[in-house]
This record gives sequence, structure tokens and C-alpha cells, in this order.
Amino acid sequence: MKKKSSISKKPMSPLAKKEAIQGYIGLLPWLIGFLCFTAVPLIAAFCLSFTYWDILTPIRWAGLNNFKEIFQDGKILSSLWNTFRYTAIAVPLTTALGLLIALMMNQKARGILIFRVIYYLPAVLPATAVALLWIWILNPEFGIINTFLSYIGITGPAWLNDPHWAMSGVIMRACWGVGGGMILFLAALQNVPQSYYDAAKIDGGSAWQCFKKVTLPMISPTIFYFVITGTIASLQEFTLFKVMTDGGPVESTTTFVLYLYNVAFGRYNIGYASALSWIIFFISLVLTWIMFKSSTWVYYEEEGK
Amino acid sequence: MKREISSAKRKKQIVSILLFIVLALGSFVFLFPFFWMISTSLKTDSEVWSYPIKWIPSKLIWKNYIEIFNILPFWRYFFNTFFITFCRITGQVISCSIVAYTFARLKFPGRNVLFILMLSTMMIPGVVTLIPSFVFFSKLNWVNTWLPLIVPMMFATPFNTFLLRQFYMALPKELDEAAKLDGCSIWGIFIRILLPLTKPAIAAIVVFEFMAGWNDFMGPLLYLVDDKLYTVSLALSFFQGKNHTDWQLLMAASTVASIPLLALFAIAQKYIIGGITMTGIKG
Repeated sequence: MKKKSSISKKPMSPLAKKEAIQGYIGLLPWLIGFLCFTAVPLIAAFCLSFTYWDILTPIRWAGLNNFKEIFQDGKILSSLWNTFRYTAIAVPLTTALGLLIALMMNQKARGILIFRVIYYLPAVLPATAVALLWIWILNPEFGIINTFLSYIGITGPAWLNDPHWAMSGVIMRACWGVGGGMILFLAALQNVPQSYYDAAKIDGGSAWQCFKKVTLPMISPTIFYFVITGTIASLQEFTLFKVMTDGGPVESTTTFVLYLYNVAFGRYNIGYASALSWIIFFISLVLTWIMFKSSTWVYYEEEGK
Repeated sequence: MKREISSAKRKKQIVSILLFIVLALGSFVFLFPFFWMISTSLKTDSEVWSYPIKWIPSKLIWKNYIEIFNILPFWRYFFNTFFITFCRITGQVISCSIVAYTFARLKFPGRNVLFILMLSTMMIPGVVTLIPSFVFFSKLNWVNTWLPLIVPMMFATPFNTFLLRQFYMALPKELDEAAKLDGCSIWGIFIRILLPLTKPAIAAIVVFEFMAGWNDFMGPLLYLVDDKLYTVSLALSFFQGKNHTDWQLLMAASTVASIPLLALFAIAQKYIIGGITMTGIKG
């Protein structure tokens, strides 16, 4: 180990130089894609946000007008609020549910393998098919949810047709796909060494204490990962809203990304849409930063392998 | 002493029975939508709208499944989706393997910085690059072709590369060194020795990309205009617009669209779960 580090400080040997060249060649399948489909579009999105453009007619300089318009556009706040409502409910709910189910699945019980498959199955289905299925499930008169509610004497709401309930309907569908999170948490739970639990038991720890002091810290990196990726994905959720509600009724489920999509590809207002896209970029960045800053609860085991 | 043990045993038994009951009740919630989808797909039009709800159709109308193939050129959509997905998978497996091996095994200045750069691009919301990419592809005259869906996937993407790179890191270095002594070149080691050993990780990527390809909705929605080029997901969403009330047909179409993913899941279950474990998300 020491030898290697002393070599790297010397000027490169011809052999090392050859390897370095091969290394850069080996990165090309990523670098070209990164430049063409990430770096250049990022710069272009920045430049486009200072223009008026509908792709067809010549591009015109707009200065800061697009950004000024943001502050006058009332739809931004309402669409951001919808995105926020969805994210703030769906992410904690799917995290908690996924974790709870994973904890149950981690026990030894009869037929546990079949249960794992059953709970994971909804996460496997194609998103559009599931969205259609849920429109039908949430049908006010003939859907199963309101039918079950009527059995216990509740008249269910009109769900996707009611501006007050449409978002709840979409969130219910998101919870049905909780199996994805479950599998992730289950994998983490199975990586916790049994010896830790044995040690906790010898010390007389109750099941709750075991969970709080052993399980939770050990799987906290996975929870953290799931919350961050889940938040970024929820902020951008498109298919669900586009197919299930297309933003309605009365724009009660028009999320920010749906609004941006309509501005860009409905009105072909490319410049303004580019300016809007920076809002979601900025929000994701700030949220990720806050989550990393407040991640003191995440426990990283020292790499001692 | 003996009694204490047996009481602890009994307690464990009760807990496991309770667990079974809770999980079974939960299974009902998770499975019922499936049942409802299939039940609806086999009803007559009048039974779909019968009140109170008929849980099981009085007569199974298999004809619904034939009818959707008459209304929509579903076979074509299946072929289109399979073809696009196949290209995606091939592109990802080849390009990500090369880049993962490079990051894991070759030494060159700036390797760590570039690796972190690659990982950090995972955090960029796709929405930001969406519009310029659309402009780019429309200037190339690629709109209304499959190229915008396929070409970007020919290049290594961060998540798959990361997964493979972790796998390469776990392979013993002795393998490379032995091969080097036998006169194997850098890329010889990759193709002959290490690549065959990463089969489980490649299988996981194949499965993930299959699911991603089959599920992609925004891409086809943006780039495909001609309905001959549609993918299954896109066709399904337009089918809804055309047939607002024929739920038996919509559910039959949704069932058919789900079959490839369900089949994949049945075949590749262990790779799906294995792949998730493999990323070993530890920060």
C-alpha cells in the first residue's frame, strides 16, 4: 500500500502514462453522453432562459424579462403548492409505510416469501396501466374505494373529479407502489449483522429498544438515500399527474412540472419554460442541501471490511 | 425455568400468528386492485356499469381481449417498445461496463473528481435538460423518430455505471495481476477475465432498463407523433382519451400491457432484489 502511494508522487512512468490514456478512452462512453445530454443542455437551458423563442420563429433576446414574469405569474405559486403538497405527503408516507412493511417482512413467518412478492408486485406494473387502473378504482359511483366506503356507511368523495380530493387520490396510488421502498429497506435490514441483535438482547434490550438503538441507526443510510431520491423524483412526478388528472379538476393537481410542460410544449414558450426549469433545479438543490446538512441522524459504520 | 421457556415460545407463536394475519390483510389491499382490473376486463359493457357492483362477471367475456387488438395495433406497439427497450439495454450494458471497469481498475489523474462529477449529475432534475434536449433533437430532425429515445441511452448513465463499478471493486485484484503476467492487455483483462464475472450485475441492469424502457412515458409523449411509432405506454394513455367509458376494454389493455413486466418479474425476481442489494447504498 505504501509503495503505491510513493510511486504516484514521482513523474509518470511510460507505462502509467499509457494506462492513463487508456483510462480517458475508457471514459468516453460516459463523457460524450455527459457533454451532449447533460453539460451542453444545462448551459443551453441557462442561455435560453434569457430569450423569447417558439422554436419556429427566430430567437429574440429577452434579458431578464422571463425572470420578471415569474414574479407576476400567479400559476407558479399554485403549481408549486401542488408539487409541495404531493411531495410533503407522499414521501414521508411511502417511507414510513415501506419501512413498516419491510420490518414485518424481515420476520420469520409462514409464507413470508409469497407476501414479499405480493407487496412488491404493484411496483412492477407499467406506470400508465396503473394510472388507468386507479382512475377506475377511484370512480365515484362504480369504483371499489367508494363501494367499500359505502359498506361502512360513508359516502365517498368524487376523488379525481373533486378539486379537494383529487390530490389524495393520486397519493393513494403512490402508496400502492410502496413495494419499491419496501424491497430497498428489506435489503438493508438483512444486512444488519445478527450479532448486534444478540448483543442487545444479552444487555436486556426490549424489542423497541433494539429497533431504536440497533436497527434504525444501521439502516439510516438507506432511509436517507430513499428520502433524497424520493423527494427529487416526487418534485418531478409527471406520468402520474398527466395520465390520472392532467392537472385537473380546476388545476387542483397541476404540479410545477406539468405547468412547465404546458408552457414549453403546449404554448411553445421555450424561453420562459427554461427560466421556470431553474426554479425546480434550485428547489431540488436547496432541499438536498438541507437534507444533507440535517443528516446528523444518519449513522455511517466505519468501513472496516 | 421450563415454564418460562415455554411461555416465551408461546409469545413468539402468538406474535408470528398476528404478523401473518396483518400481512394477509395487507395482501388483500395490495392484490385487490389486480383482481378488480382483471374482473373488469372480462365484463360486458352493461355489467361494468351495473349497480350494485358485480365483483365477479356473470359470464367471462374473453372477446374483450380480442377486441382491443382490433381497435389498436397492439402487436406493433409491443414490437416498437421491445425494439426501443432492446436498444436501450444493449447500449447501457456495453457503455456502462466499459466506464465502470475504467473507474474501478485503471489509474489516471482526475479519476476521483470525474467519478464524483458523474455521481453528482444524478442529482440534476431531468426537467432542466428536457427543453434544450428537445430543441437539440428537433434541430437534428429527430422528432417523430425513435432516435431521441435510443441514442442518449447508448452512453453510460450514472446509476448503472455506479452499480457495475461497485461490482468491479469487489472482484479480487489478483485476477487482473495473474492475467497481466500472462500477457493480457488492459482491455483483454476486461473482456476475457472480468466482464464474464459481472453477469449478476449485468442481469440487474438488464432488468432495470427493461422496466425503465417499458415505463417511459414522457419521452415517447414528447418525441413520437406518428401513431405507428407509439410505445405501449403512450398508446395506452391515448386509448383512454378515445374510450372514455369502455372500461372493460381499457382494463383489458392495461392487463395486456402489464404482462411483459409481470413475466420479467417472475423470471428475474432474484436479479431485481439482488440488484437493489448490490448498490449497497451506504452513503
